[in-house]
Amino acid sequence: MSRTPAEPTIESRVHYLNVDYGVKSWLLTTDHKRIALLYLASITFMFFVGGAAAVLMRLHLVEPQGALVQPETYNKLFTMHGVVMIFFFLIPAIPAVLGNFLVPMMIGARDLAFPRLNLLSWYIYVVGALFTLLALLTGGVDTGWTFYTPYSSTYSHSNVILVGLGVFITGFSSILTGLNFIVTIHKMRAPGLTWFRMPLFLWSTYATSVIILLGTPVVAITILLLALERLLHVGIFDPKLGGDPLLFQHLFWFYSHPAVYIMILPAMGVMSELITCFSRKRIFGYSAIGFSSMAIAALSFLVWGHHMFVTGQSVYAGLIFSALSFLVAIPSAIKVFNWTATLYKGSISYDAPMLYALGFIGLFTMGGLTGLFLASLATDVHLNGTYFIVAHFHYIMVGGTIMAYLGGLHFWWPKISGRLYPDGWARFAALVIFVGFNLTFFPQFMLGYLGMPRRYAVYPPEFQVLNVMSSAGASILGVGYLIPLIYFIWSLRYGPPAGPNPWKAKGLEWTTPSPPPTENFEETPVVTEEAYAYSTKEKQGG
Amino acid sequence: MWPRLPFQPEQASSVAKGVDHLYFFLTFITLFFTAIIFLTIFYFAVKYRRRSDEERPAEIAGSVPLELAWTLIPTLLTVVIFIWGSSLYFRNARPPRASTEIFVVGKQWMWHLQHSEGAREINELHVPVGVPIQLTMTSEDVIHDFYIPAFRIKKDVLPGRYSSIWFQATKIGAYHFFCAQYCGAEHSGMIGWVYVMSPADYAQWLSGGRSGETMEETGARLFTQLGCTTCHISDGTGRGPSLLGLYGKPVRLEDGRTLTADEAYIRGCILTPFKQRITGYPPIMPTFQGQVSEEQILQLIAYIKSLHVEEGKAKQ
Repeated sequence: MSRTPAEPTIESRVHYLNVDYGVKSWLLTTDHKRIALLYLASITFMFFVGGAAAVLMRLHLVEPQGALVQPETYNKLFTMHGVVMIFFFLIPAIPAVLGNFLVPMMIGARDLAFPRLNLLSWYIYVVGALFTLLALLTGGVDTGWTFYTPYSSTYSHSNVILVGLGVFITGFSSILTGLNFIVTIHKMRAPGLTWFRMPLFLWSTYATSVIILLGTPVVAITILLLALERLLHVGIFDPKLGGDPLLFQHLFWFYSHPAVYIMILPAMGVMSELITCFSRKRIFGYSAIGFSSMAIAALSFLVWGHHMFVTGQSVYAGLIFSALSFLVAIPSAIKVFNWTATLYKGSISYDAPMLYALGFIGLFTMGGLTGLFLASLATDVHLNGTYFIVAHFHYIMVGGTIMAYLGGLHFWWPKISGRLYPDGWARFAALVIFVGFNLTFFPQFMLGYLGMPRRYAVYPPEFQVLNVMSSAGASILGVGYLIPLIYFIWSLRYGPPAGPNPWKAKGLEWTTPSPPPTENFEETPVVTEEAYAYSTKEKQGG
Repeated sequence: MWPRLPFQPEQASSVAKGVDHLYFFLTFITLFFTAIIFLTIFYFAVKYRRRSDEERPAEIAGSVPLELAWTLIPTLLTVVIFIWGSSLYFRNARPPRASTEIFVVGKQWMWHLQHSEGAREINELHVPVGVPIQLTMTSEDVIHDFYIPAFRIKKDVLPGRYSSIWFQATKIGAYHFFCAQYCGAEHSGMIGWVYVMSPADYAQWLSGGRSGETMEETGARLFTQLGCTTCHISDGTGRGPSLLGLYGKPVRLEDGRTLTADEAYIRGCILTPFKQRITGYPPIMPTFQGQVSEEQILQLIAYIKSLHVEEGKAKQ
């Protein structure tokens, strides 16, 4: 790969990283790029907390009787893994890190519409995370990330309230970030950047923000109701107090199913950027991909009942939810076909971000198709609550979201840091992660079909072979995630300067120096072409 | 069992084959589309690999016929899967008319099961092969889930209500059942075995495991012990309504609603009588909340149901 280091030295120029020094300059910053880095540090920390829990779980499950901990501890481990990964990593990962950094840069703006609100969002996130970590350090919580009642409201003896509070608080961080993005995208686009010239990452960020604004308040209310019942014994969910245990599940999934799309839609946006850049092609079917994001956002609110087919929900409700769940699969399929078609007659290179992108397509396709087993009523009865579900959503969340997040991080890292990471190591890490991931989660599909329920601290010996395979994969996957951590940190100091546009990519963010100056652009850019106009030579930015 | 890698759970119920056929079809669809996507990507990635950094491929904006094709084909396919999955589900969900009833109570962290004939079991379930069995299930505390993988059936077991599930075992043997809804510390210990037996063996087991009383008889004894007989007199002269022939009949409530007197209704009357009083009777019945266990309620219901069958020959 030939990259021309066009810059003199990074240090000789004033940019957002060296404009000011000291802890205070970071903690009081309102620069969206610095806030993105604050988020990057916090969610990376949370990712390794959640990851440590996963590694302990997989080690424990090497033996049918459990190799490591008591069942109570195991239950706390999977709860911690779920809560931390979903609320404190997957939901904020792409929007709060990449979105924060890129939304203003992609639309040619100085900053987000409400820079101080943006900083406040980060503080709220940190407070929520601290409550959750405090709960984990003072004994943990054992309800599962789903907090099903009446177990969570009446029977559990663990720190439900503290974790609930953490999740409740961090929800406001999402809401404020979503609000900020919506206003920014509406009001601050550069001259000439019409809606249909926007990069698709912005479309998917916009769709995600809409879901966050509409859905997150519902989970906040649900947690409040849970706290009311647990603390004051107001009968809402526990039948002994006159409540309805299924009401909780309806409320919870009304948010938490759309939350799946909060996690995957931004990943889809990243994909459109990566595929186009590394095949040097305009995206195939721009409007099909853009509108499918909006269709997913709308339909995502109508499918929550597919989590409840075996709860005793009316069979006719099950019928409707099944049909709608099949419907929401279509826009995702459309995206996969369009990304694949974008490669046709392109000029494809295999830099590390592209390897993650191709890995995403494969894993997301499998994750999506196995969703059909669960949307279909007759097969869901057998597979619901087993390892099949665990495998399915990890193919979407880890194979999809984390692959795209890592791909995006590798793609924009030269812009964020101004430096290049070692390309060989990065490709190697992508390969390790792909292999480790499949070895971890593919056996879990088979375990689920054989009937092994999830959340089991001990299990019958006939399931051992597949569990050992899965645990072996998890240790490979764990190593795979550590490698980028090391070379990203290394590159901050020793990486060669990247220059403004090392990938020869299109998009406004590549027309400004790396790292960008605090004000992003010296003068407001004017957009004169469609997104992904890769057939024309890129402008060399200053 | 260690060296053998199993790929399929036993098919031991009348619905297992049907579910598996759909499962195989879906597996085929998954492999087929994954293969198409993988091969296409692989082919493009090799054929159109970048040969020079100066390459700028021609622009292709999209294609309406292609967009239509890959929207409509998956849509049609999901319609097929939806119809197949739903019709199979509806067929599997409906129990045959004459099925033997067994009662299941889940509690942290064990399963209590009782046959109408009286036999009680913990974490074990003996059933005859080839006979449709209906499980009526409830929970003493949190939500559990009764799952028999070899039968491909599963249903949540909820506190405060009855859920039911049925199966007809087709193969003699022992099969695991699991709690499939996380329920606390010993969730993974809440497992047991279904023993599917030949009808003769089952009859023998049943007579051996007999507690001396059928569920009806236990229920009748409770009915007297708890003092229900004071008011619920079969000729209708008591302060409460006669329960003769009550089960399965519509009842008119004080608040104007009309309900069918099913298991859930009778359970409600025992625990919260003031909420579903039959019209015309005074609100004098006390609640039995906390005095009777879920299992005793099931025995009382079994007794009240028997009053329906025995046409006027009540044992009050």
